[in-house]
Amino acid sequence: MDARTATKSEQRGAELKGSSVIAAIKQSGVEFVLAVPDIHTSKGLLFPIADDPDLRLIRVCKEDECVGIASGLHYTDRRALMLVQYTGFLYSLNAIRAVAVEYKQPICMMVGLLGHDGSVPPTDSKKYGVRIIEPICDAMGIPHHVINQDSDLAKIKPAIDKAYADSFPVVLLIGRSPS
Amino acid sequence: MMKRDECFKALARHITDEIVIATYSSAMEWNGINPRVLNYYSMGAMGLASSHGLGLAIANPNKRIVILDGDGSLLMNLGSLVTIGAQAPKNLVHFVSNNGCYEANGGHQIPNPKVDFSGLARSAGYKHTYDFSELASFEQQIGHVLGQEGPVFGTLYVEKAQPLKYEYNELYSAARRDAIKAELRRSG
Repeated sequence: MDARTATKSEQRGAELKGSSVIAAIKQSGVEFVLAVPDIHTSKGLLFPIADDPDLRLIRVCKEDECVGIASGLHYTDRRALMLVQYTGFLYSLNAIRAVAVEYKQPICMMVGLLGHDGSVPPTDSKKYGVRIIEPICDAMGIPHHVINQDSDLAKIKPAIDKAYADSFPVVLLIGRSPS
Repeated sequence: MMKRDECFKALARHITDEIVIATYSSAMEWNGINPRVLNYYSMGAMGLASSHGLGLAIANPNKRIVILDGDGSLLMNLGSLVTIGAQAPKNLVHFVSNNGCYEANGGHQIPNPKVDFSGLARSAGYKHTYDFSELASFEQQIGHVLGQEGPVFGTLYVEKAQPLKYEYNELYSAARRDAIKAELRRSG
């Protein structure tokens, strides 16, 4: 169920389990997670990923580094996921514009929407920074999917597989802070 | 002070199956001196050459990765020195051509031409760092530098070059990208 079609009561009762998100990431063939810490995904994703022997976490200083590293890994068919806050996504836009979109590299981005609770679509968020993310993706032609609850987990693997098949970026928006 | 093209000509004599990542003015000059399939050009997002290089180094542990960075470019991604220092790829050699200016953008001075890039790299965790300002010394030591366990960093103190003809699209064309991928898949 998409965030836009779910009722508010369904969204309020929903949950997004971090362990399930991580399982979906692994099922997608991702070996590397490239990250700057984000309090929205810190407990549910980044701490467990740091302890997960099946994923190699590369901590970077600024989010646009992830774009270059992921591109370099892709040349030898190694899959990576960029895990950042929406502020870091905004910071990285020029790198995403050049490397991911214009040079058609499969940069897969998981973007935490800090301050968003998933009860409304991100475009209706009270936070300006959250509201503009999907319109920016649309303007750049980047496919994007909202991951708000466990029923959204099935979107992750097809989205990442398609990014690599098409050699084009994808954005997975973490609307609710994973448990 | 050296000329960058003379440094690159000396370097080219030691390059065999390495992946060479070059950016902007360094890319234009390197491509003219040593055109080859395994030249990977970082264009479009200034500063990312070192990050591309880290990804390539991790994915290709049996190949040497040589980064030809620019001073203005590296200043836009200084954090990558720390990331590379932490990941410590043994196969990564990172050169920065220091001419004190943004050569591809009109030759304007960088914010502080006295910046010590090798010092920054050393404190960020690079295993070996070098400074070269004389061509004879560079020619004599380049073989040894390339053979060191990485991450290795070298600052090349060079003169500002004559204005180059920048043809970025050709350097990062889809055909070139596909050729690099095919060669890496072939050579494993």
